[in-house]
Amino acid sequence: MRTMTLLISAASLLISAPLATATTPDEDLQAFRQYYQERYPNTPFDDFQNGIYSIDANRRVEWESMEEFPPYEIGLEIGQQEFEKPFANGKTYGSCFKNGGINIRQHYPYFDAATGDIKTLEGEINECRVKNGEKKLGFGKGLLAAVAAYMSSTSNGSRLNVVIPDDPRALEWYNRGKKHYYAKRGQLNMSCADCHYHYAGHNVRADLLHPSLGDLSHFPVYRKKWEARGSGPLAGFGTSHRRFNGCNGQVRAKSYGAQSDEYKALEYFLTFMSNGIPINAPGVRQ
Amino acid sequence: MRKTAHNLVAAASIAVIVGALGVGVAPRAEAQDAAIAAEGKKIAFNRRKGNCLACHMMGDGTLPGNIGPPLIAMQARFPDKSALRAQIYDARVKNPRTFMPPFGPHEIISESEIDKITEYVWSL
Ligand code: HEC
Ligand code: HEC
Repeated sequence: MRTMTLLISAASLLISAPLATATTPDEDLQAFRQYYQERYPNTPFDDFQNGIYSIDANRRVEWESMEEFPPYEIGLEIGQQEFEKPFANGKTYGSCFKNGGINIRQHYPYFDAATGDIKTLEGEINECRVKNGEKKLGFGKGLLAAVAAYMSSTSNGSRLNVVIPDDPRALEWYNRGKKHYYAKRGQLNMSCADCHYHYAGHNVRADLLHPSLGDLSHFPVYRKKWEARGSGPLAGFGTSHRRFNGCNGQVRAKSYGAQSDEYKALEYFLTFMSNGIPINAPGVRQ
Repeated sequence: MRKTAHNLVAAASIAVIVGALGVGVAPRAEAQDAAIAAEGKKIAFNRRKGNCLACHMMGDGTLPGNIGPPLIAMQARFPDKSALRAQIYDARVKNPRTFMPPFGPHEIISESEIDKITEYVWSL
C-alpha cells in the first residue's frame, strides 16, 4: 500500500529543463541531434541506428559476428509468410496499407486527423485483421511483432520521416510523449532521459546505456534475452512498446502496456527525434 | 575537477589530524562499527537493496557502473558522518535533478539499512 502511494506521488513528476521553455518540435529535434553528435563526433549520423554498437567498438565486434548468422532469420520468414498469406476472405494485409504495405515503416507513427489518434504500424496490422474478419493478435511480441518486423525490414535504408502536422491535437500527442521521456518516475525516480540522454554512454553496472538518437529505427528488435526466456523462432521479437514496459519496470514505475496511449505518444515523440536516420530492422540486441 | 582534488587533499590532512587526536578510542566500539559496516556492505551490494554498484565503484565490488564518483577516501570527503548519511538518504537535497535514487524518502531501503550502509561507506 505504502509502495503504491509512493509510486503515485513519484508519478506526479519532476520535469527537467528541456520542458521548461516552450520550443517547437523542429527546434527540439535540432537540439537533440546536435547534443548526441557533439558527444559522439566519431559516430556517423546514420550509424545511430545501431544503439550501443554505434558508440562502443568492442561490443560492435561481438554484434557484427552475431549478424553474420542472423538469429532472426527463421522468425522473419514466418512474419513474411503471414504477411503474404490471404485471410479467410481472400484479401491480404497488403490490401490495408499504402504501397501494399511495402517500404512504409518510415512514416509511422502518424497523426490521423480523422480520428485525432496516433496510428502505429502494429496498431494498423491488427485493425487490418479485424476489418477482414480475423481475430486480433496479441500486441508487443510474437506473430504480430514478426509481421511488423518483416514489414519494417522492407523499409531498410529508407529514412525515418515522421510528421507533426500543424494541428493542436498532434502537438498534444507529441508533448505528452516528450513529457514521458523527460519526467522522473517510479520508486527509483529516473527518467528515460536520465539513462539515454544525460548518461548515455555510461555504464549502469555492466550495461552500457545507448543514446536515444536512432531509437525506433530498428524496431521490432530481435533480443537474445527474450529468445532465451521463451521458446520457438518468434520468442526473440519485441516491439518498442515491449521495451518501454521493461525500462519503466526497471525503475519500479508503472508500465502502461503495448499500444496504450502513453506509449503511442512516447513512440511518436522518440521516432520524430530520430527523423533522418535510416531504418535497419529487425535490430539484434542483447 | 581541480577543486575536488584540492578539497580531497585539504580534507585528507584534516583526517590525519583528527585520526592522530583520536588515539584513545575504545577498541570495543571499533569492533562493533566494523560488524555494522560488514552488514552495510551486504545491503549496499544487494541488487534489490542499495545496488550502489550499479553506479559507483566501491570497495571490492565487481563490475561497477561509472555513473557516480568512485566511493573512496570517504572520511576525507565527508569528515562529518551525518553529512554522508544525508547524501545517501536523499541525494536530491544537494542536486535536485540527481540520477541517484532518493533511498530514504522513497523507502527503497529502511532507516536502519541506511545507517548500516553509511557505516560501510564511511569505512572506504
Ligand atoms: C535505469 C536506467 C534506464 C531507464 C530509466 C530507462 N532505460 Fe531504456 N534501457 C536501459 C538499458 C540498460 C538498456 C539496454 C542497453 C541499451 O541499449 O541502452 C535499455 C534499452 C532501451 C531501448 C532499446 C535500445 C535498442 O538499441 O534497441 C530503448 C528503445 C529504451 N531503452 C528506451 C527507454 C525509454 C523510452 C525509457 C523511459 C520510459 C527508458 N528506456 C528508461 C536502461 C534504462
Ligand atoms: C543510479 C545511480 C546511482 C545509484 C544507484 C547510487 N548513486 Fe550515489 N551518486 C550518483 C551520482 C550521479 C552522484 C553524483 C552527485 C549527484 O549527481 O547527485 C552520486 C553521489 C554519491 C555520493 C557523494 C559522493 C561525493 O564524493 O560527493 C555518495 C556518498 C553516494 N553517491 C553514495 C551512494 C550509495 C551508498 C549508494 C547505494 C546505497 C548510491 N550512492 C547509489 C548516482 C548513484
